[in-house]
Amino acid sequence: MTLARVKSIALIGLRGEIVDIEVDISDGLPGYSLLGLPDAALLESRERVRSALQNSGATWPNKRVTVSLSPAWLHKSGSGFDLPIAIALLMAQGTITSRNLEQHIFLGELALDGSIRPIRGVLPALLAAVDRGITTAVVPLANAAEAMGLAGVKSIAVSHLNQVISFIEEGVIPEVNLEEIKRVSESPLDLSEVVGQKRARLALEISAIGGHHLLLIGPPGTGKTMLAERIPTIMPPLTREEAVEVAAIHSIAGALGERNLESRTPPFVSPHHTTTATAMVGGGAHFIKPGACSMAHGGVLFIDEAPECKPGVLDSLRQPLESGSVVISRATGSTTFPADFLLVIAANPCPCGRFNGKGRACTCTSLQIRRYLQRLSGPLLDRIDIRTFVEVPKRTELASTEGGESSSDVRSRVIAARGAAAERFTRDLWSTNSQIPASQLRSRFRATKEGMAFLHTELDHERLSARGYHKVMRLAWTIADRNGVTTPGLDEVESAYHLRQGVEIS
Amino acid sequence: MTKRTSQIGADGETLVASYLQEQGAVIIATNWRIKEGEIDLVARLDGRLLFVEVKSRTSAKFGHPLEAIGPEKAHRLQRLALAWIAVHDQWGADYRIDCAAVHFRDGLQPEIEYRAGVL
Repeated sequence: MTLARVKSIALIGLRGEIVDIEVDISDGLPGYSLLGLPDAALLESRERVRSALQNSGATWPNKRVTVSLSPAWLHKSGSGFDLPIAIALLMAQGTITSRNLEQHIFLGELALDGSIRPIRGVLPALLAAVDRGITTAVVPLANAAEAMGLAGVKSIAVSHLNQVISFIEEGVIPEVNLEEIKRVSESPLDLSEVVGQKRARLALEISAIGGHHLLLIGPPGTGKTMLAERIPTIMPPLTREEAVEVAAIHSIAGALGERNLESRTPPFVSPHHTTTATAMVGGGAHFIKPGACSMAHGGVLFIDEAPECKPGVLDSLRQPLESGSVVISRATGSTTFPADFLLVIAANPCPCGRFNGKGRACTCTSLQIRRYLQRLSGPLLDRIDIRTFVEVPKRTELASTEGGESSSDVRSRVIAARGAAAERFTRDLWSTNSQIPASQLRSRFRATKEGMAFLHTELDHERLSARGYHKVMRLAWTIADRNGVTTPGLDEVESAYHLRQGVEIS
Repeated sequence: MTKRTSQIGADGETLVASYLQEQGAVIIATNWRIKEGEIDLVARLDGRLLFVEVKSRTSAKFGHPLEAIGPEKAHRLQRLALAWIAVHDQWGADYRIDCAAVHFRDGLQPEIEYRAGVL
């Protein structure tokens, strides 16, 4: 047998495509040709596979070796094809005699000594494999956390080429310490560590219930970042499906870190304000990587010092904010990544950071102050429902030894309120208050008579725009859900009005 | 090139020549040399010209002997074959370029690895 074929998976964004790896060994001058649009990392597989084979006791055929990855039109990248190429070579040489590998896929990069290294995107590859009826997947041990516990495919975690050979030939399955792998590290953050900040806490809670995007404005050192980091701890835990989706995105980016399939805490992603639009939404020439907004899918995207962002970077978020996904188009094709996140933006009130409305200590001119927050564009601010000031904690608050309300207490209220909203929207296309369309707000989802009267007065005095009117209505519904009220009344509308109008911008 | 290595090369070429004769080939030329390089063996088998490059090695320490034939060397073999055809006015002749590896190992019979039609 000089011809052999094994299977692997190539990823296009989150979508996986089965790739057949064929190896032919024929007489001729020793040489190696790799067909099927490989990228640089894949072209280098020859040297890795050769050394790995020789150093694990197998021989390298001193003949003409042709490796073909099909479908031929698909651009293939990365080092994950090392292992399937090595296995196909061993089959073509006759070292591996088993022919029953039709339902198997192989993923893994080879080290020169034959050990198997982790690769990116194992989880989405396995999800694709399940769809295509693959029953067994051989994956690197270091990626076992993503693979184990996925229903529909049996994962064999391996750390050396020889283990793969003995698995194929003799059915020996290497032992894996599952307890070690499946351990979930819980977020150590808790809202009880935040001192005071009554108003900001309420804003956080409302934001988590209704999916309302949030703008935090406050002088440096008041706890804007501290508050934002704790939002995931008060959000409802991810469902199994969401957790898999989130893990798949992080797996592609090679940034799974502490997360695995069992991690139910929503992700928190905080790109630096010097980040580029590409890093924000995703991109790349051959291998398209998800950006920060996809990494934050299902969780929180926090942008600190937002007015310092380069022009265009924040506005690149408008499409994902609208559609919940990002479409990245490149010469090699276009890819869609999910990007449904809660946007939290933090800003100083002025360039010097000390402006707090009282005019003390701030060294900025009034023009500077006005221009500073105007760097956040209108269309973006339009999508942010809650604007709130984060104030300097008072002396009495700092001196208090009592912690604030804990994350788990707030979270149980958030879950209950979301439940109430979901019940109301059972027959609708949306599930959170922030998504209610404007026309529906004016017909089906009106506040009580007193509440509406308040809004109408504000409209008459031109203190509220038409856009603002709808935003306040949505917030009022969220507050009603939180307070267990069936229809928002005057109290709810008034609190909503203050959350929305908390900061005057432009 | 030391005496020893050139002797090993010559021994290898002799071995391959007798191997070809066993197969029924007629040796037309050995070590045909022009400015561009040298063809180790030219033979005729069943009306077809064979140009043979012979590589001899006493150990596998430096890789397989045929690995020494890189793309540049392969290209040169092709040009040399055409040169031979031109010089001997054999235009239109059916020809083939072969490579042979000869392994000399201490205490063992020399082993010939013959690869036909490699280019």
